[in-house]
Amino acid sequence: MSRGQKRRKPEEANRVDRAFRFVDDRLGISHFTRKALNKIFPDHWSFMIGEIAMYCLVILIVTGIYLTFFFVPATKEVVYQGRYAPLRGVEMSQAYASTLDISFNVRAGLVMRQMHHWAALVFIAAIVVHLCRVFFTGAFRRPRELNWMVGLTLLVLAIGNGFFGYSLLDDLLSGTGVRVAYSIALAVPVAGTWLAFLFFGGEFPNTEFITRFYILHVLIVPALIVGLLSAHLAIVWRQKHTQFKGPGRTEGNIVGSRLWPQYAAKSAALFLLVAAVLALLGGLAQINPVWLYGPYKATQAAAATSGSQPDWYMGWVDGALRIMPAWEIRAFGHTVANPFFPGAVMPGVTFGVLYLWPFLERRFTGDREPHNLLDRPRDAPFRTALGAATLAFYGILLLAGGNDILAGIFRIAPEVITNTFRVLIFAVPLAVFVVTRGVCRGLARDDLHPTRPPPGGLVVRTATGGFETVDGPDDGRPSEPVVDAWKPPPVDSG
Amino acid sequence: MEPRPTPTGDDPRLPAPVAERRIAVAFVASTLAALGLAGVYVAGGQPQAEGALLFVALSGLGVGAVQWARQIDDGPTAGERGELAGSEADQEAVVEEVADDVADLGRRRLLSRLLLGAVGALGLAALFPIRSLGPSPGHSLERTAWRPGRRLVDSEGHRVRPDTLTVGGTITVFPEGAVQAGDSQVVLIRLAAGRNRPRRGRETWAPDGNIAYSKICTHVGCPVGLYQEDTHELVCPCHQSTFDVLDGARPRFGPATRGLPQLPLAVDGEGFLVAQSDFTEPVGPGFWNRS
Repeated sequence: MSRGQKRRKPEEANRVDRAFRFVDDRLGISHFTRKALNKIFPDHWSFMIGEIAMYCLVILIVTGIYLTFFFVPATKEVVYQGRYAPLRGVEMSQAYASTLDISFNVRAGLVMRQMHHWAALVFIAAIVVHLCRVFFTGAFRRPRELNWMVGLTLLVLAIGNGFFGYSLLDDLLSGTGVRVAYSIALAVPVAGTWLAFLFFGGEFPNTEFITRFYILHVLIVPALIVGLLSAHLAIVWRQKHTQFKGPGRTEGNIVGSRLWPQYAAKSAALFLLVAAVLALLGGLAQINPVWLYGPYKATQAAAATSGSQPDWYMGWVDGALRIMPAWEIRAFGHTVANPFFPGAVMPGVTFGVLYLWPFLERRFTGDREPHNLLDRPRDAPFRTALGAATLAFYGILLLAGGNDILAGIFRIAPEVITNTFRVLIFAVPLAVFVVTRGVCRGLARDDLHPTRPPPGGLVVRTATGGFETVDGPDDGRPSEPVVDAWKPPPVDSG
Repeated sequence: MEPRPTPTGDDPRLPAPVAERRIAVAFVASTLAALGLAGVYVAGGQPQAEGALLFVALSGLGVGAVQWARQIDDGPTAGERGELAGSEADQEAVVEEVADDVADLGRRRLLSRLLLGAVGALGLAALFPIRSLGPSPGHSLERTAWRPGRRLVDSEGHRVRPDTLTVGGTITVFPEGAVQAGDSQVVLIRLAAGRNRPRRGRETWAPDGNIAYSKICTHVGCPVGLYQEDTHELVCPCHQSTFDVLDGARPRFGPATRGLPQLPLAVDGEGFLVAQSDFTEPVGPGFWNRS
């Protein structure tokens, strides 16, 4: 605990000593370990978001392994005889029946299944927020362009694996989603028909796709994710973290906590808390209750009984499909079908621009210098405004994916809602861009912090009607010069 | 405790006895919850209790760890970053080594081309097994199981007569003997006499007001399940494409660009509804080879 108590008992020290020497004699790890224990990690909270994603992945793997012991990835039709009475006697695939068994018959199965699903939702959300952190602070700039692209690939893989995962259950809702994905593949010019037939194993509906999605979901994509995540972390390790500007921080140093013991303790605590929240959600917050949707039947759509919204990370594509006007290209005996544009072009352009962004920004700003100190969002008004507008664009698409739900809530005709979204999809991002850029420029000009008192004290009105300057509220912060003069102690790097 | 070397002098550390008490409470709570979790499992399991107890067990450990981390936090330290790029000499050595070999390969033009050709051919040959993943599309997207004279049956297999439906009624029908054929599902609607405005050439397709359209949305293939009798519209529940039943199922709203293909109907000698032929155009979503 405190330094006085840190003295170890001799026998414990001996045990650690013996164990370490055993390993070091054989693997020669002491030089690396000594450097690693002293590695510095920034203290700012925003650097923990990526870790939340990583810890969700750990929970996904643990709960996922448990689920594979009970899930049957087969389309063979069986008659359900399990504990969920409303579906007894109904014909369904083994995949769906085994999902019901996990939910109702396997002890602890439902908690594991719901934790798995929640972990997937939070996993992708944390990746997106982490991406925003990196984008808005300019952390993707030289020398970190490659890791930006590795991170984006992880996002693509995570979204894909989420889709494969919920499609396995063969319920009415997910089957509808698979049908939509098949139709988007079909709409791809020239190769679309072959693409759809080879990937889904023939014309939809068929019995091939579940075994394919299963091996993709439990082996191929997770292996890619774990491999790329390792690369992502190795690159961060090699390049060291970025850091915000601040007292004692320069382009040439890194200020924060040492890996051992401070950062390791913090990070372990974060893992436990992420796992705890996912356990609470998995136990108390119902997610994807497939027994209410029923088994997939090609003649039914899920929306007949409930909304037909995909998981949130696919919602923007569904929203785009909904508000796309009824246009398509027909010429020379060929068709470029409508879903190609919102379903393939839009996501393609989205990720294409994201992949190229570090290089595009370099081209526009002419800034080719390496950067280890981060921008505050206000320091780059154009980038920040563009990012905010982009988020607004996808936010509107996500809302548009619920146009039927919104029509129900506000008792407005779906046509009106859809037409409104067709306007908002352009108007809102434009407005967000202009406002954000203005706010950033204002903040940068005055160098004010929105939540802190301005430097130099406050002007207050006295009882007699005059004005006088007083010191800012005593929040324990010393005035600026002291902070500027402060230097963090150097790490003992050996 | 030594003062923390922070820029602002903030020190999150608590007096040691207070911190130790808090950590102890958190760890004890965690232990009790974990034992409770095991108990719930043995007693038969209960999802909500399992989730809540797991939450307490994990967050007890987590809260204890947070406190502990705070106590050992002795403030920020600074480390040197160091250069990423290697020394000039290292860089040159690597480039020379590799560049020489590449140049050598360039000089042996015939061999390097043959090597490229062999690797390329092997790569190409390795692509062929992908073909086994699915059947050739052929004309499968342009055909369904409907044939001239094939009877309409409902999902139970019962045949349908022109008066099976009352006016305004609707059911999903299939070709007799192919109830499972996903691409052949058809929505049959009975319209009041004289309401239908048939396209040219389709005048005889709807005997006694029985009109049949493919149930597969031309947008992305959802079953067009909602029939609104007052407006004579078929609505797709997925993306709200809306089709005018009286006007050849022309799309009236939403992302669908084409009407639902109409199945030509007739009545056979025994008084059952039958198809005159297959659909006259491909059903379902658009694709490249669809004209």
